[in-house]
Amino acid sequence: MEFSLTEEQEILRDTANSFLEDFSNSQSIRKAMESDLRFDPVLWKRMASEMGWTGILVPENYGGIGLSWVELVTLMEQMGKNLLCSPFHPTVCLGISSLLEAGNEEQKSSFLPLIASGELIVTLACLERSGSWLPEGIETTFEKKGSEYCLNGIKRFVPYGHSSDLIIVAARKKDNSNSKDLSLFLVGSDNPNISINQLTTMDQTRPQSELKLSNLKLSESKLLGKEGDGWEILNKVRSLGALGIAADQVGGAQKCLDMTCKYVLEREQFGRKIGSFQSIKHRLADMMVLVESARSSAYYAACLVKEGNDELDEAISIAKSYCSEAYFKCASDSIQLHGGVGFTWEYDVHLYFKRAKSSEIAFGSPQLHKDKIANFLGI
Amino acid sequence: MHLEFSKKEELFREEVSSWLSKNLKGKFKPVVGRGGSGDQTELLEERVEWEKHMGKSGWTCIGWPKKFGGRNASINEQVIFYEEYTKAGGPGRIGHIGETLAGPTIISFGSKEQQKRFLPKIRLGEEYWCQGYSEPSAGSDLAAVKTKAELVKGKWKINGQKIWTSLAKESDWIFVLCRTTKKSSGREGLSYILVPMSQPGITIQPIKQLTGQSEFNEVFFDNAETQEENVVGEVGEGWKVAMGTLGFERGTSTLGQQMAFEQEFNTVLKIAKENGSSEIPSIKNQLSEAWIGLRIMRFNALRMLSNSRDGLLSKEAMLSKLYWATWHRNLGKLAMDVLGMESEIGDKLPYDLTFLQKMFLFTRSDTIYAGTNQIQRNIISERALGMPKEPRGDNKK
Repeated sequence: MEFSLTEEQEILRDTANSFLEDFSNSQSIRKAMESDLRFDPVLWKRMASEMGWTGILVPENYGGIGLSWVELVTLMEQMGKNLLCSPFHPTVCLGISSLLEAGNEEQKSSFLPLIASGELIVTLACLERSGSWLPEGIETTFEKKGSEYCLNGIKRFVPYGHSSDLIIVAARKKDNSNSKDLSLFLVGSDNPNISINQLTTMDQTRPQSELKLSNLKLSESKLLGKEGDGWEILNKVRSLGALGIAADQVGGAQKCLDMTCKYVLEREQFGRKIGSFQSIKHRLADMMVLVESARSSAYYAACLVKEGNDELDEAISIAKSYCSEAYFKCASDSIQLHGGVGFTWEYDVHLYFKRAKSSEIAFGSPQLHKDKIANFLGI
Repeated sequence: MHLEFSKKEELFREEVSSWLSKNLKGKFKPVVGRGGSGDQTELLEERVEWEKHMGKSGWTCIGWPKKFGGRNASINEQVIFYEEYTKAGGPGRIGHIGETLAGPTIISFGSKEQQKRFLPKIRLGEEYWCQGYSEPSAGSDLAAVKTKAELVKGKWKINGQKIWTSLAKESDWIFVLCRTTKKSSGREGLSYILVPMSQPGITIQPIKQLTGQSEFNEVFFDNAETQEENVVGEVGEGWKVAMGTLGFERGTSTLGQQMAFEQEFNTVLKIAKENGSSEIPSIKNQLSEAWIGLRIMRFNALRMLSNSRDGLLSKEAMLSKLYWATWHRNLGKLAMDVLGMESEIGDKLPYDLTFLQKMFLFTRSDTIYAGTNQIQRNIISERALGMPKEPRGDNKK
């Protein structure tokens, strides 16, 4: 048992942080989030080729560096801290995880090297109009005609849908009453029977799209995993997706605390630094408890992914619910303790506040995960 | 970063658990699971016997260096020991103040003679210790202690009063933080002195707590005496020594404490399932949150232990007291909510309360003793986050 970062992991953390401090600063974040793609493709290429980040989970024989979720969480914490705008989470946490979980050899060898080299951006289209994470929420259908699949339906809340090359689509077999009879398909975004409509999101750092699939035809080779296994694969992938978000939340919450500490030591009122007031000091102490506890929960779950432990689902639900609430509280307090300037567009605090809100509901709200925990407890 | 214990550590776990299961039976059966929070002063004789048995078998003070009779157990091994001890229902320790506070202080700051005189008796369960820090006007502000010691013909004469002393009646020795420099104030002029409890100059007065029980005491010193050589560290350097002791207080026993919390949580959960209150959405949610909170307490503790290898207090350690005290107090409240109308009804007249009622009431002290939540927040914001220190008032009246 050694629940602290190794020297190599500390180097990864520090390198990531200094890279991102340079290239994901306030100015570049704002430029990226207001651009059409919603991320900087030049930075993305550097993240892939110079840093090797897009290949972090990809095994070496597929052109990646084959590290574990502990390293990934370390990296994503820094991305959250620096509010990186990029399709990293959908591509790596969702795309690579899906392919590793369910892809056949041909799919893995054709897609994984391209993802690792930064040439392919992937996302997962699973939610629909109800926004429900239950299998019933998926209404998009597929039917098999000869050797082809035909998909119809409308996907919503698809992260970076408008800038992805490859979209993993969940659909149910047409006219089948079993709600869990779902399958996953690999769809190229250049398919003419898919229309992608970028939505306006309150958090501009996490864009979402709506996809319309009308008689979209796919060959058999585009089926990911076995027919009918979709729900099981989705569960695993979304669970890992939740952990990726949790890591981002840890970094975001830490940055909210850091920004606030810095501000209250500069700002003076009544002839003293406002950081000398106990009402402020105590709130900061509570924020630190939240941040450190959130960090413990995310890294614990990451270790369990690496060690293949039965407790994993529970640990991820703990991490996602706790990190969500911690980030939201820290970001809210950060606005409050910044006072008037915290309410301005100019200061970055609102960007963190909005990301805290969008990530809170992504991959299961705290309430959803608490219900899961209750279920584990047998209540 | 990994969570699995090594093969060697797992073998150690087996050794501990097999010793406990072979020994916590027969004449020791009555003490199994006893002496915890709210039950601290029960079955004392039997528990002293158990302490001696553990001592003889080499299972006390395992983290001490070998030359003082310990096993030089690593932090992981100590964690394993406390986990297995709690799992096996090992009784609440009476010797813990000697083992985790007085002993390590004497090891770090004491003279060779003091180490020879005191350590073996702590280890063998032959002498027990209590702590003489707080006073009626020195609670959160420990440096305001007024108890005085004066050197008269080779003996310290001690006058004053200590308060909130656990296990005072059961203890043979007390370590006292007191003023040895006349007219000194604050952290200057204090010394850390070891004083035998059994003497006419010491009077113990139990404090009746809101639970109706008396785990804490007042200790009055009226020309109490101790030998000149019983000062630990230099005369006048008591503050430094006392702070060292407080550092030892937050250590490897946290995981054992958490397992005791888990047993309490399981009791509450079981009742909630039986009486149907777990179906009330707000109760169900609180149970889920309590479990999340408990698991994270463990994750935090594992990090704290992994990061404190250099012996320094890690930043995680600063958070631990505020976290667990608040969690435990909330569990007490949740237990009452789960019980509903039954939460008011005790065991028997005149005022015998149930285990959970005692826990509910006792946990009110968790957020007060050993540094209140408010003091903890000051410590965290000042030491870990670099906020300005609280100004000190002028109390020279």
